[in-house]
Amino acid sequence: MAQFRVCPDSGFYFDKSAESLMKANAVAGAVALLVAGVLGLGVILTRWQEVHLLPANLFYQALTGHGLNALIFWIIFFEVAILYFASSTLLRTRLAAPRWAWLGFALMIIGWITNNVAVLQGNSSVMMTSYAPMQAAPHFYLGLILFAVGALIACFVFLGTLVIARDDRTYEGSIPLVTFGALTACIIAIFTIASGAIILIPTFLWSIGYINHIDAEMYRVIWWGMGHSSQQINVAAHVSVWYLLVGVLFGARPMSEKVSRMAFLLYILFLQLASAHHILVDPGISSEWKIFNTSYAMYLAVLASMIHGLTVPGSMEVAQRRKGLTKGMFEWLRKAPWGNPVFSGFFFSLVIFGFIGGITGVVMGTEQINLIIHNTIYVPAHFHATVAVGTTLAFMALTYLLIPVLFRRQVFLPRVAKWQPYVFASGMTLMILFMLGAGTLGVARRHWDMDFTGALLNFEYPGTAYTMMAVAGVGGVLAVLGGAMFLLVTVGSLLFGKRLDESAGFLQSFGFSLAPASYNIEQPERLQMAPRLTVEEHGSAGFEAPGTFALAMALLISFVVYYFINWDYLASVWPLS
Amino acid sequence: MSTFLPPAERNWWSSPVGKQEIVWIGIALVWCLIMFVMMPYWHIYGKQNLSNEAYQTTPQQYQKKVDAMVAEHQVRTESGLPVVGPPAGSDVYMLARLWQWYPILELKKNQSYRLHLSSMDWQHGFSLQPVNINMQVVPGYEMVLTVTPDQSGEFTVVCNEYCGIGHHLMLGKIYVKEN
Repeated sequence: MAQFRVCPDSGFYFDKSAESLMKANAVAGAVALLVAGVLGLGVILTRWQEVHLLPANLFYQALTGHGLNALIFWIIFFEVAILYFASSTLLRTRLAAPRWAWLGFALMIIGWITNNVAVLQGNSSVMMTSYAPMQAAPHFYLGLILFAVGALIACFVFLGTLVIARDDRTYEGSIPLVTFGALTACIIAIFTIASGAIILIPTFLWSIGYINHIDAEMYRVIWWGMGHSSQQINVAAHVSVWYLLVGVLFGARPMSEKVSRMAFLLYILFLQLASAHHILVDPGISSEWKIFNTSYAMYLAVLASMIHGLTVPGSMEVAQRRKGLTKGMFEWLRKAPWGNPVFSGFFFSLVIFGFIGGITGVVMGTEQINLIIHNTIYVPAHFHATVAVGTTLAFMALTYLLIPVLFRRQVFLPRVAKWQPYVFASGMTLMILFMLGAGTLGVARRHWDMDFTGALLNFEYPGTAYTMMAVAGVGGVLAVLGGAMFLLVTVGSLLFGKRLDESAGFLQSFGFSLAPASYNIEQPERLQMAPRLTVEEHGSAGFEAPGTFALAMALLISFVVYYFINWDYLASVWPLS
Repeated sequence: MSTFLPPAERNWWSSPVGKQEIVWIGIALVWCLIMFVMMPYWHIYGKQNLSNEAYQTTPQQYQKKVDAMVAEHQVRTESGLPVVGPPAGSDVYMLARLWQWYPILELKKNQSYRLHLSSMDWQHGFSLQPVNINMQVVPGYEMVLTVTPDQSGEFTVVCNEYCGIGHHLMLGKIYVKEN
């Protein structure tokens, strides 16, 4: 029984049921992104004080829904699609237990809807973090639990698929780097979901009255065991996507398989008590614990990201130089396909994640520096650089690749697609930089009114803070426009894009299989190992990617300077001991 | 294209590592170690550190301590709130509740105080402006730290942990007087 098709353009093999599941998960993710974007527009137009669009109740409701749909639902739906791609497609194997995978998908959909209904009803405006003892409606927690169970099933389907590929010997040697990265993401996801279960199940029981007390600090410690680790899933997933994209775009091979894989392993080994980053100024948690658990004495998870920061663009540079783009330091980069949204999306994701997201994250995760940053709008600025640009834009770039390959449609409105990463990345960057600035002036996050209208006492932020929030507002609107362009292109492609396969109709865009005749391969050829490089090609004698090394040094210098600027700023505040 | 192909070596552990990566890993590791050392260093030589002193408490117990301080050291009333001027070096209390910081404190410049913080209900965020010192205030826990205001003037405590619909109404004051 033939169940595979090969994409004639890319050479990727798709297992019939894996293909349907990838499409369904990606589409569900896009719908969540739409919801997140609309709510995000409401949020940023309210934080822009001169506009101040929403009343307080709607603002907090929108902010809750925005966080959940963007950070949890959109990203995790898409990550499930990536897991299936990295296992079934890249290893040319059938998907393990497709029925279980559909059950997982169904649970995720039910959980997603249940949670959104709870938020929409208005009595669960508790923010994404839902800090106890503030209480949401029971189905708010129930929705999250169902969603997490569904995602857990997807993780096991992924692992099962790896086992099948190994047993069926569908590939030679070790699994590819991209699959390896996805595997680290999956392992972290399992730990993360366990943390989530430990805290959300009792919280759900508390919300229906079976438990009478949830300790607020315990909630924070364990909730962030899920909340922070889940960001490490995103990092592992989007770094895998970066490697995939440089491979597809440039035919790049990793500079060193060993180094890149070790860097992925560091994410697993140096992550697990990452909730420490969020409780640095909490009562009852000792400095020794905080210092150790944010760094494990060596910051090896940071080291891992710094390694990928070199090896991802480095792999691209080496591949480009091999094609003859060897002039100067940066010809390889200047002559990159800047008009291709797959490339521009990938590259902006990489640069903004590293330069802004990475640096600000480490700075504010430093025990004492957190005192001048905790809960200011600096925090959402940081994670928009990591998640909204780093992860989301990488996934958008991958989507442009998948529209023809997976959905068998031509990209609709290619000119819009071409500019989309530019609009999205520049809008986000503007918003992020000015929110970082406003945060250092003390502007609070998750706050409806920086005028404090109606308060008994009064306080005025400096005028600069208002200006910064207004510029951030403009950036945010631009970013939402970029998001809308993405959805216009993707939904447009799925509905009206030219069919690359006769049978790629309306239903096929949303998860149905193509015509049976399209699946004419019983078992793809065994995936061969990459060809060995000859010695002179490898160039281990010298620096093979000097341009990348220069960029990496620029990152390091910015990092060092900014890090010490913040210590200096800390030294100027009231002495505390 | 081998980012998504099995590596050229059957065992990836034996794949070669270029000089450039080794140099970069070395530099990055040194930087990571410096960043780690900075935190204990600041505990020894820096002036802005948390105390690690905290107690479990209940809203009733904490309220009692706050009331005792207000009864003893109230100097005047402002906007209906007591303004309290406790002696230098003493324990001063601030309480967070929906949607108020209570009471108003009046401190002296360059004097140290043991500041206690706790919440009566939900979580709150102590954000001292425009100094920009931020701490989490959690119900059931009483955090104690020694503060030494080194500027005089009027300072505001903004709540920066979301605490419901009146979150933006929640302001408190700390006055610091010249000696």
